[in-house]
Amino acid sequence: MTPAMTHHITHHLPEPMLADYAAGRLGHAFSVAVAAHVSLCDECRARLAAHEAAGGAVLETLPPEPVSDDLMARVMARLDDPAAAPPEPPAPSSIFPGPVMAALKGRPPRWRSLGMGIRQSLLHAGKDGSLRLLYIPPGRAVPDHGHEGRELTLVLQGAFHDETGHFGVGDIEVADASLEHTPVADEGTPCICLAATDAPLRFRALVPRLLQPIFRI
Amino acid sequence: MTGEVDTISEETRLLIRVRDGRDRQAFAALFAHYAPRLKAMLRRGGMGEAQAEEVVQEAMLAVWHKATQFDPTRASASAWIYRIARNRQIDIFRREGRPVPDELTESPPPEPDAADALALDQETRRLRAALEALPPAQREMVERAYLGELSHSEIAAATGLPLGTIKSRIRLALERLRHELKDLRQP
Repeated sequence: MTPAMTHHITHHLPEPMLADYAAGRLGHAFSVAVAAHVSLCDECRARLAAHEAAGGAVLETLPPEPVSDDLMARVMARLDDPAAAPPEPPAPSSIFPGPVMAALKGRPPRWRSLGMGIRQSLLHAGKDGSLRLLYIPPGRAVPDHGHEGRELTLVLQGAFHDETGHFGVGDIEVADASLEHTPVADEGTPCICLAATDAPLRFRALVPRLLQPIFRI
Repeated sequence: MTGEVDTISEETRLLIRVRDGRDRQAFAALFAHYAPRLKAMLRRGGMGEAQAEEVVQEAMLAVWHKATQFDPTRASASAWIYRIARNRQIDIFRREGRPVPDELTESPPPEPDAADALALDQETRRLRAALEALPPAQREMVERAYLGELSHSEIAAATGLPLGTIKSRIRLALERLRHELKDLRQP
């Protein structure tokens, strides 16, 4: 079960991204970020369900394609086989929604220092983008960075603000390639974010570009 | 405009029978209706004949096993089966599996409000009628988007379908569910 919502979420996912998630068209990193935000946000949960209703309407109106004669018998024969059940998704923790727990494979984050007290735990890096957790001490800034593609940043603990607004738990920032932003963690609690990109990041100040392949950021 | 129907759709009723009674006959009827449509959807997405049938099998098995989570105030049978099939498809084809949002409850409340389920079903029918009423070129774009052939940003965000009312309905159902869960958790 998902934890009770503690914060009024004001930053949501754009409609086309929810629709693409519904249609299975997002890469893995973005899919985790979308599923994690929806876990925390009933507004986007309802919007996603509306897109699934549209997907369902399309499914209903498709000209059916006949299936093999024995397909139904094969499925009926497996109904009592417990091994045929799809795997259960992992339960959320107090900080990490289920989809993030799945990306962590149920283990605690393996934090690596990025300097200045900032830490990251890389969860996924591939052609379709990267996924990591960021740990930002209170009041600390994440160095100015741009990105090749889009970046989603979901707050899981604490809060941050940047040139575009203030983001608390459950809020998601959607940045495109043109946004050069400097997120600063609020005073008080350290800020933990889930950051997903659909292209590799390029940091300006923190780590020289040459080191990027080593740190895989 | 379609005439108002005052009963829940046949498919949603079948799915409720599967959920509440593990009813194999109802499941067979759902299979007969959805398996050929799911196959058509997967084939449109570029999948081969045998592979598409493989995914249809797994998706329908997931329908059987996950039916306990079906809540007709938040989804019609078609929407719910569309979701389950997408999840299974990606689980099978991606090493990392499909990330899915946390469920709100382990199981839906024992007696979801019948009027709410009917209202959602009527919205679903209106949505389908709106889809069928779109000009052919626009309808094709919407279909391609939900079949996974185009991204929604490629079709300029607006799908041409009125999703606002169905969203509001589901939002209300979620609020009610949150409220009930809170009451349940009171000491």
